[in-house]
Amino acid sequence: MTARTLYDKHIDSHTVCRLDDQGHVLLYIDRQVINEYTSPQAFSGLREAGRGVWRPETALAVVDHVNPTTPLRVAAMPDAGGARQVSYLAENCRDFGIELLDILDKRQGIEHVIAPEQGFILPGMVIAAGDSHTTTYGALGAFGFGIGTSEIEHLLASQTLVYKRLKSMRVTVDGELAAGLTSKDLIMALIGQIGASGATGYAIEFCGSTIDALSVEARMTICNMAVEAGARGAFMAPDDKVFAYLKGKPRAPTGDLWERGLQQWCDLRSDPGALFDREIHLDAHLLEPMVTWGTSPDQAAPIGARVPDPQAINDPILRQDMRRALNYMGLEAGMPLSEIVISHAFIGSCTNARIEDLRDAARVVRGQQVAEHVRAMIVPGSSEVRAQAEAEGLARIFIEAGFEWRQSGCSMCLAMNDDVLAPGDRCASSTNRNFEGRQGAGARTHLMSPAMVAAAAISGRLTDIRHFGVRP
Amino acid sequence: MSLQPFTQVSGQAAPLLAANVDTDVIMPKQFLKGIDRKGLDRGLFFDLRFLPDGTPNPQFVLNQPAWQRAGFLVVGPNFGCGSSREHAVWGLQQLGIRALIGSSFAGIFFDNCQRNGVLLITLEEAQVQRIGRLVGQPETARISIDLETQQIGLADGSVIDFQIDGLRKTSLLLGLDAIGSTLQRREQIKDFERQHLVNNPWLS
Repeated sequence: MTARTLYDKHIDSHTVCRLDDQGHVLLYIDRQVINEYTSPQAFSGLREAGRGVWRPETALAVVDHVNPTTPLRVAAMPDAGGARQVSYLAENCRDFGIELLDILDKRQGIEHVIAPEQGFILPGMVIAAGDSHTTTYGALGAFGFGIGTSEIEHLLASQTLVYKRLKSMRVTVDGELAAGLTSKDLIMALIGQIGASGATGYAIEFCGSTIDALSVEARMTICNMAVEAGARGAFMAPDDKVFAYLKGKPRAPTGDLWERGLQQWCDLRSDPGALFDREIHLDAHLLEPMVTWGTSPDQAAPIGARVPDPQAINDPILRQDMRRALNYMGLEAGMPLSEIVISHAFIGSCTNARIEDLRDAARVVRGQQVAEHVRAMIVPGSSEVRAQAEAEGLARIFIEAGFEWRQSGCSMCLAMNDDVLAPGDRCASSTNRNFEGRQGAGARTHLMSPAMVAAAAISGRLTDIRHFGVRP
Repeated sequence: MSLQPFTQVSGQAAPLLAANVDTDVIMPKQFLKGIDRKGLDRGLFFDLRFLPDGTPNPQFVLNQPAWQRAGFLVVGPNFGCGSSREHAVWGLQQLGIRALIGSSFAGIFFDNCQRNGVLLITLEEAQVQRIGRLVGQPETARISIDLETQQIGLADGSVIDFQIDGLRKTSLLLGLDAIGSTLQRREQIKDFERQHLVNNPWLS
């Protein structure tokens, strides 16, 4: 038998049948997570066609995109549109028998944070969901990818998707990350290197000593953001850290089922000699803390660099894109990135708002004060993360430093709720997209790790975490 | 739900050649609060199409007389990247866009277009640029696309062939309902599922 990649194994084990000789298969999906804003039209489609949901127990619904994150949690949505979406989600979950974690549920949070937290995702699963960052689940040795609303409807009705096999890419990362660097810097460096469409048409398998050394949560940041390079799936082979992370989670199997699962999960890895369509190697010890300067996640540079000069770019299209980005961002070519003054700092999102991220940020912030001209916010990735951070005393550190300590949700990552920046605001952000208007029309986003956001909040400008004097 | 079949379509094509046009730009957040698909034509490219006072921005190509009723877009690389929001495709459709021509499209956007009967044509970047230059002139903005023969006819008389998977082509030509087609395999899915849950009992 030919050596297979882990991607091949994920797809082969979920193929109901082949549909042609060009790579299309009918793919069985084990789990899906549903939110209030990409699902309504899918449920309406089912209702109009008189169709049911194939296996409602394989779906989990949560309110995360439109809810407010004000410190006092209330059930009511402040705007009519959001209120309608939330009540329609509740109605759909009730009528079709899907479990809903609503806004007042203690397990509520951002879908990609709560699904692993609840043990809803296991190694070897294939998961599709109506949110592009569904790639996050690859950190658990599963295969997750984002889909649109029509596909949600297809999946609800049939438990399957018409799927075209991707090409495979292996990214091998070796070496030790320097103090202050995180998996966010690693994935940002990769996106900067291969570009915003560098992995379009590919599924990425990450491996190497650096990946092995990372925690499961840190790996989630990598898989989450791989979609910003165009990857339609990103994962690592599951290891003992993954199994330890999952063991005892509310929905994880127990007893004999757990042991049987474990036996199979240990085999979830690419065979020796398996061929990849593309191979990339990164040296972790060469990496520096990364920040974006433009309006696409690949427009990124080490914090010690300067704003790049469009005139130095030969390709006329790239040059034009860079000009447009710098104009939107209000930056001058040649300016040191570390002199960029911010007005806002935001730690949140499915990329970087888990407990380890908050611990990182708290280490930076402890005993210091947010700069006077900066509004700084922390929006935990889930209500459980929030509760744990409060129990560990992190919340107090943030509040004493002048951060707003808020409730969980997607919040200012995409600003669908009332956490919106004004035109010209400039935000150091632990999120995943620095698109034009993403955090508010005319607002400017600089992506970076949570520790770097914390340092920027204190000093009032983009700051090299390595020179910030973090106490152990 | 069956879709509008795509056979042979002619019309104006508008050039929109910036790279990495993301779905936040195609359909900003304030238009995502519905539970139906209505009114998304207004939101399409909102911050580019309209000035802060709400009037059309005369600089934006879709507001200019030659391209106001464009049926096609000629776009830059990695069009549709970012969020999975299908609202971006519904908005394109509601403004009358039937097909897009570009060198690469983001994966989720690609699938969303297919599921809504919007044809995506992928060509070499140099060809996209050439078409973009041609349709960027009002007098040569008109093109025709024939999906059956897989050809684009340009106003200068030239014809460009394009590739498309048989499966995609058939469903676009016929406007097939993907769910209906899949559910014809109901028994096959059930058989697979039974065995899958035996092999992986923790999934039940």
